[in-house]
Amino acid sequence: MFLKYLFYLLIFPGFLFASVFGMIVGWVDRKVSARVQFRVGPPFFQNFYDIFKLWGKEVILVKNSPYFIFLIAPIIAFASVLITSTLVGTAFFFNLSIGGDLIFIIYLMMIYSVALILGASSTGNIYSSIGAGREMKLLLSDELAFILVILVPIIQAGYKIDLTQILIYQQANGMIIGSASGIIAFIVGIICLQAKMAMQPFDIAHAETEIIDGVLIEYSGTLLAFWKLSHFIMYVFLPMLLVILFWGGISFASVGSIIAGVLKYLLIVVLMILIKNTNPRIRIDTAISFFWKYASPLALVAVILAIFGV
Amino acid sequence: MSKCRIPLGPFHPLLEEAEFFNIKVEGEKVVDIEMETGWMHRGHEKISETKTFTQSIFLVERICGICSTSHPFACVNAIEDIDNIEIPERAKYIRVLIGELERIHSHLLWVCLAGHFIGYDTLWMWAWKYREPILQLSEMITGNRNHYAMMRVGGVGRDFDNSLIPKIIPVLDMIEKKMVMLAGAANDDPVLRSRLKGVGVLTKEDAINYCANGPTARASGVDIDVRRDDPTAYEVVDVKVIVTPNGDVYDKLVVRVLEIIESCHIIKQCLKAFEKVQGPIINKVKEISPGEGIGRYEAPRGEVFHYIRSDGSNRPLRHKVRAPSFSNIPTYKASCVGIPLADALITLASVDPCYCCTERSIKAFDINGKKIEHNLLHLSRKKTERLQRELIPKEKSLIDGIFDLSLSR
Repeated sequence: MFLKYLFYLLIFPGFLFASVFGMIVGWVDRKVSARVQFRVGPPFFQNFYDIFKLWGKEVILVKNSPYFIFLIAPIIAFASVLITSTLVGTAFFFNLSIGGDLIFIIYLMMIYSVALILGASSTGNIYSSIGAGREMKLLLSDELAFILVILVPIIQAGYKIDLTQILIYQQANGMIIGSASGIIAFIVGIICLQAKMAMQPFDIAHAETEIIDGVLIEYSGTLLAFWKLSHFIMYVFLPMLLVILFWGGISFASVGSIIAGVLKYLLIVVLMILIKNTNPRIRIDTAISFFWKYASPLALVAVILAIFGV
Repeated sequence: MSKCRIPLGPFHPLLEEAEFFNIKVEGEKVVDIEMETGWMHRGHEKISETKTFTQSIFLVERICGICSTSHPFACVNAIEDIDNIEIPERAKYIRVLIGELERIHSHLLWVCLAGHFIGYDTLWMWAWKYREPILQLSEMITGNRNHYAMMRVGGVGRDFDNSLIPKIIPVLDMIEKKMVMLAGAANDDPVLRSRLKGVGVLTKEDAINYCANGPTARASGVDIDVRRDDPTAYEVVDVKVIVTPNGDVYDKLVVRVLEIIESCHIIKQCLKAFEKVQGPIINKVKEISPGEGIGRYEAPRGEVFHYIRSDGSNRPLRHKVRAPSFSNIPTYKASCVGIPLADALITLASVDPCYCCTERSIKAFDINGKKIEHNLLHLSRKKTERLQRELIPKEKSLIDGIFDLSLSR
């Protein structure tokens, strides 16, 4: 039993699978972006080269900064992302619950952002301080909408907070995206993922032309590799989470259904990449007012609709 | 809320060139901005005194890589002003053609950079794609994608080949169509509009007080354009000056986009004229008599000004250059204060500053006329250290991380 869980965590769908697949999806992101922008794009193994090279580089520490937080933040973030990926992955591939529900997933994903904020503010760099402040504001604005979005399938599935229960409900009663509340929540959910992934228009905390990659400016070498890898792994499990919650997951019954499941996943990824490439970065105050004025009320409407069973 | 300073530069991804802005912020709001120039040491004016008149035309071409025909244009205007040299009509059309081609590619380059600065890389790459045919046209006409080397005292150095006209027209039509599309996109896209509209407003009074020029002034409603007001070659074509009233970044985009379309119209006028106007392209000038002359030209960024004094020899006795960014950069004081940091940075970029155009120092003297340092590199390092010393005691905890490594060297 223990070995089995270790296998889930480290091999599939945990560390090894999520890292490799995340880097491949990262390549898809870069390639699609490049084609949209009339560029050629990087070779297939570029992300692997980048990560392996970063892994071997020296870590430069900032003088007079609390080393402990600086060093531990990327590890905590990576661990939380890894556990989330394992939970979502087991539900996605094996339809199996290994002891974590949606509340736990929301909690772990918040830990990632909190670790980012802590790591950034521990350096004392003015740019990363601004980045940390922006990340905090972004977290405060997108978290409510994201939780409301997740509430919709929970309510529709009969107040079940387990991913497998939601999948079982969808197998019996059709996909949640088919209902009015489901489609609204799905759209808001994609926007929330955009903010969680720090992609345009919500890459406000990184903003390389303003604050020089803000939160990550002082990170280098192995620690930076951890941040990058966490980001790649988020490419894997965040769209998967949406597929599970709204689109009925993936079925391994026939080749057709496998292809359909992969297509669902890819569609969400490509949609996110296209949103990223057709929007400028917005200001942090615009982002806050967008989430609190439009996205969260819209998600609230979806929740109310779900309560009435629409 | 406590204030803190953000050192923007000397090397920062926002600025293609070395420049230092000391931005004071409260939270995200900019409360003050200080500008430090003098990070680049050029010495073009001094070198020009050692060159012949024809050689200095090629020298000033190297002042800026983007507006590389504006400086020669103003320079030949200044030299011709000394002796009131007339240039042939065909040469005027060729000068206008080159100047306008350069304006199109320079404005497109600004669109690219503005897109990049607001995190819209797709806009950057698309504008870059449309800029490429213009550079190829330049290569067809002059032989070079940049640094055209066309200007001579008394005319131009290379004739225009009339057989190129059918190749140029479709490119211009394409550019016009795409610019209309771009203006429409900026107007329709709510996200793009929220980043541009009402951001970094430079009022008409401020534009006049800070002597802004070029698109920066015209976007604020100041109706100035050297091409129309004091034409030296542009009297042969019909120039429409684009003026917009609001002075925000959006208006600066609109002015530039419409100017690209207007440049296409001017080039088409030139192309029409080339079929009729034949004849020489240069009046031979044997020597320049003693005297002084000024040359003005509307560069893509504004009015570029050259002053040349001659003592009758074949070299300029004094050559003074003033680039448009010299008066446009101080407008940041008026437009950046009181707006969020994210907006301040696009406002910095919106005047299309060109620092290498602006800066030219060769020697530094103290108040007694004594030479301070011979070694410019050493001088630059001392300045960096002085700035670091000024910054660090005040916000020690915040700035420490940035400068500690460089100070210890």
